[in-house]
Amino acid sequence: MPPTSTHRPGPDWPFYLSFALLGGVYVVLIVAMLLADVMATTPDHLLHALSRPEIRYSIRLSLISCTITTILALWTAVPLGYLLARTRFPLRWLVEAILDVPLVVPPLVVGLSLLLLFQTSFGQFVQRGVPVTFAVPSVILAQYAVTTAFAVRTMRVTFEQISPRGEQVAMTLGCSRGGAFWRVTLPEARRGVLTAATLTWARALGEFGPILIFSGTTRMKTEVLPTTVYLELSVGRIEAAIAVSLLMVVVAAAILIVTRLVGLRGAEDAR
Amino acid sequence: MIVLDNVTIRQGTFALVGASLRVTTGQYGVLMGRTGSGKTSLLECIAGLRRPASGRVRLGGEDVTQFPPGARGIGYVPQEGALFREMTVYEHLAFAPHLRGWPAPVIDERVRELAESLRLTHLLRSKPHGLSGGESQRVALGRALSFRPRVLLLDEPLASLDEPTRDEMIDLLKRLSAREGSTVLHVTHSRTEAERLADVTFRLEDGAISEFKRESS
Repeated sequence: MPPTSTHRPGPDWPFYLSFALLGGVYVVLIVAMLLADVMATTPDHLLHALSRPEIRYSIRLSLISCTITTILALWTAVPLGYLLARTRFPLRWLVEAILDVPLVVPPLVVGLSLLLLFQTSFGQFVQRGVPVTFAVPSVILAQYAVTTAFAVRTMRVTFEQISPRGEQVAMTLGCSRGGAFWRVTLPEARRGVLTAATLTWARALGEFGPILIFSGTTRMKTEVLPTTVYLELSVGRIEAAIAVSLLMVVVAAAILIVTRLVGLRGAEDAR
Repeated sequence: MIVLDNVTIRQGTFALVGASLRVTTGQYGVLMGRTGSGKTSLLECIAGLRRPASGRVRLGGEDVTQFPPGARGIGYVPQEGALFREMTVYEHLAFAPHLRGWPAPVIDERVRELAESLRLTHLLRSKPHGLSGGESQRVALGRALSFRPRVLLLDEPLASLDEPTRDEMIDLLKRLSAREGSTVLHVTHSRTEAERLADVTFRLEDGAISEFKRESS
């Protein structure tokens, strides 16, 4: 062998350049879509859309239903995520498979399934007390049915990333399992809870398929923002549809930025 | 006193069968063994975090085999320290006394006394993020000692420390365990630690415990 190597590997830049080009196409597409939205609308269109009572109703219903859905989803996702991350129980694999159903089944099918569920004798019994189908509760239930699966995933990953040791130490110091969870694990999962909440909220805001079928598209009743876009498009009022779309883009972007900031701070603290 | 009586632990393919050990009150016991020999499992079993397949665990003459971890009166320092990320050093040291309903002034006095001897006074308001390895281990030790447990269980408490810090910690462990009068079981694979700290040394090998040296001092 020669004393000094004469082998020279090629430069790194062709690698980075080709990867940046391949990946960059998608980033450019997203930005171009957003720009197209912005350029297709004017402040006048936005203000006019915002002044219409049915659109105001739809904004209000979207904000309220997404918030309630988020609370319900967390209420489910925190315990379920914890159990999946920390415990082994019989038929766990089955529970995991079931939880993947809302992630892989088309949202329309979720809506249809909910509709069918509330036509059964159990569903009709419930509806005698609280009208669900084609009423406001159906909007929340449709959002809950789809988005909770995402919240459960987030919480499960969160709890998996927290070492069980802290909880165990808390138990040796005198806590019960529940006490250790509330005092030690949940505070450490705070950022995961926040991420789950924002993602659930944003996801619920865009949910349309199940709402279309399970809630219908009655103006001033079960109309949420995606419904508005659909209804405005169907009657040819393109500018209103675009204005409302843009509104959702802005709200969703704000949510994502908040999540990202919270996430980054979390990553720094963890070091 | 820490007594393990014929304890069997099974975990997957790993098994520790019929392990017995006795550390008398006030003694400093060191349990040595290679990585994967089951040292940590044994400590977890004493701490109540792992249920033995058979056998008894006695602490201070009381059979605690069926007790939950929190009722055993043990201070446990796990390998990684496992500090509570969202709590200040003060809250760590006050955690167990607070759970036991000590009056606030008594807790405060205990925290300050511990912080003094562990040289943590200037860090009482800090959170674990940013503490050095030695500082973290001292917080973990203080948290374990805070409620004056009858037994102290240390799992490789010095493994992640650099040499000067380790020497300091060894002195500290020696001094504090003597002052607090707690019975200690310290798990390590380091002969130096065993030689410098142990009143009694055990070796865990091939699933069996042998007591191989008793210091005369």
